[in-house]
Amino acid sequence: MNKKEYSEYVSKTAPKSKHLSTMFAAFWVGGLICCIGQSIFDTIQALLPLVPDDDIWAITTLVMIFLGSTLTALGVYDKIGRYAGGGSIIPITGFANSVTSPAMEYKREGIIFGLMSKMFVIAGPIIVSGIAASVAVGICYYIVSLF
Amino acid sequence: MKLGEQSYALENPPKIIAHYSVAGPVESKGMLGNFFDLKLDSDEWGEKSHELAECKMHHTAIMKALDMSGLEFKDVNAVMCGDLLNQIIASSYSAKDIEIPYLGFYGACSTFGEMLCVASLMISSGSFKNVTCSTSSHFSTAERQYRYPLELGTQPTPTSQWTVTGSGCSVLSSDGEGPEIFACTIGRVIDLGVKDANNMGAVMAPAACDTICTHLNDLNISPEFYDLIITGDLGKFGSKLLLELARERGFELKDVHSDCGSMIFNNQPQTIQGGSGAGCSSLVFNSYIIKQMKSGNLKKVLLVPTGALLSKTASMQGETIPGIAHAVSIGYRYN
Repeated sequence: MNKKEYSEYVSKTAPKSKHLSTMFAAFWVGGLICCIGQSIFDTIQALLPLVPDDDIWAITTLVMIFLGSTLTALGVYDKIGRYAGGGSIIPITGFANSVTSPAMEYKREGIIFGLMSKMFVIAGPIIVSGIAASVAVGICYYIVSLF
Repeated sequence: MKLGEQSYALENPPKIIAHYSVAGPVESKGMLGNFFDLKLDSDEWGEKSHELAECKMHHTAIMKALDMSGLEFKDVNAVMCGDLLNQIIASSYSAKDIEIPYLGFYGACSTFGEMLCVASLMISSGSFKNVTCSTSSHFSTAERQYRYPLELGTQPTPTSQWTVTGSGCSVLSSDGEGPEIFACTIGRVIDLGVKDANNMGAVMAPAACDTICTHLNDLNISPEFYDLIITGDLGKFGSKLLLELARERGFELKDVHSDCGSMIFNNQPQTIQGGSGAGCSSLVFNSYIIKQMKSGNLKKVLLVPTGALLSKTASMQGETIPGIAHAVSIGYRYN
């Protein structure tokens, strides 16, 4: 077999992901995480009716980040991730996991050059693209508001 | 004596006079659990980092194997070590308290085969008398170096493998009792253009096929000459590819082929295609295979440790991954 035939043969015969079961796992776990977030929001709103909604959103986000990081530290989030895939990577708890896990991993290389510098190894690209996207949207918004 | 293109028949075949294996917790629960000499409950083994735990495993394997051989430091020409970490630190750090000249090897997961070839040629030539050959790998050290932090919640792909935590050591000697290494084939680097770092089986299968077919042609033997042709860590899918590639070159390996990576775990769900890593072939060889040979269940074995010469830098720059495999014939008599 030459290179082309081999790569075709490999991609034809390689075991594939079981789409239905992995999507189902991602759907219910991702959905559950979102329901937990919404229930935290509703609970705060019911308990503290005078707090504006924007502040409650911020508090909810903080609570979810705290939960994601705690579950990472307890060694639970990677097991959830192995089962749910995108379902637990996409919500903000997954973002917390992607920051906390390298921080834990590289702690042994020291606080500054280990923990602090490696903390954003995985989350870095997400932050960069988030900032780039918000700049682009800001420029579009400015141009549209001129008319 | 050189045979054919890449093989050597060893006129004074070295014997494997002692061996020792140290296995991690997941491996100990696998199918070969009963064969390991030392089974660990924890992959940290009381050390402050996984890297140090790997050094301790490697060091223990060498020291225990030397103990069993009855050799003293001054009788041994060299300790040959290899592992997967950058600058092969598990090897050099575990050799620093051993007062024997040290040779470090890197051939990814094929390292054990590479050093058995070199060691047996050195002994056969009469330059060396006694040598130790050992490799190690550790799931947690390999994972952080080649992939992601341990606690990151990612999902493995269906072709991925699980790095074996463990170490194995063989003591080779020109005298003494034990299975002999009677021939070896040094493999070529083969690259069939696979880029997926999560599909090591597909990377290594062409190299394994090339080395095995060259070996059989060079020695002018059929696969049935061996009771077992065992590859290092092709995994289940890689093994399937090997059988297909070998069939294309006119060799049917189905009845004699097995794979260390495919047999080491007990279908534990996280291991997917099976084990991999520099420790995989040496752990299986220094426990299961050699004990089967000593009990007479296996007479002639072709050990083919396979390696994916993967570098994170080259992978990220979009390069393909080359593979390598070396073959070592082990048996009680060459005829």
